[in-house]
Amino acid sequence: MATKTIAGVTLDVSGEGYLNDPAQWTKEIASEIAKEEGIELTEKHFELIEWIRNKVESGEALTIRGIGKSGVVDIKGFYQLFPGAPLKKATKISGVPKPASCI
Amino acid sequence: MENKNETPLKKVCLICAKGSIEDVYATLVMGNGAVMEGIETKIFFTFFGLDAITKKQMHKLHTATVGNPAMRMPGGLPFPSILGMLPGVEAGVSAMMKKQMEALDMPPVDEFLDMITAGGGEIYACKLAVEMFKLKKEDFNENVKDIITIGDFYGMCGGENTQIIFT
Repeated sequence: MATKTIAGVTLDVSGEGYLNDPAQWTKEIASEIAKEEGIELTEKHFELIEWIRNKVESGEALTIRGIGKSGVVDIKGFYQLFPGAPLKKATKISGVPKPASCI
Repeated sequence: MENKNETPLKKVCLICAKGSIEDVYATLVMGNGAVMEGIETKIFFTFFGLDAITKKQMHKLHTATVGNPAMRMPGGLPFPSILGMLPGVEAGVSAMMKKQMEALDMPPVDEFLDMITAGGGEIYACKLAVEMFKLKKEDFNENVKDIITIGDFYGMCGGENTQIIFT
């Protein structure tokens, strides 16, 4: 449990930098976190971020397979938007908890 | 709970030599897991593992109901071997397992291979096993990059912080 100031707002974050309270998230915060991860957010990114936030809010589990079927991107596109560790990066930028799934 | 790893894995090389559902899926989940963490991933299928990448076999993978000491009845009671020998039981148990995996959003084998290559993972078939089973490149799923020898595969597994995993 720690706090971090992002985009001028002091936030509750986990040890790895994930927002503890998704309600505190704003687009500016997303852009700041993305910059730390070396990503410049585009319309497509935000479309997917919105999809991720909706999915988490409705209580459904996030899987990379689910994202491939989201209709927003396919899995290859997902890796291009968030290179390296896409699910970890996308959830961090989306202000939702770290996904605890193996798939 | 989280510890900062000073020397994170850079490359994971998996070798899959068995063709039962649990062995193939163990390889695929570990391979996809590595790809999802941004780790360079290469998977080598050999012997019965080739079933996982052969178009004709990849949807017919089974789990053993005879001689599988870990097999149990749903509910936890031991699974009698004599039951496992009856016609249809192996197929039935395998179908049940697949249903459980689907419920957890685990994809069928071909979709799983798509996911792994979409993230940059590479899939190979063992030349020796391919010759032994008399298969050709056309028999394999399109995600299979090449048919290579183990020597070629070891050549790809060099570098610091590389791990080779055998399943």
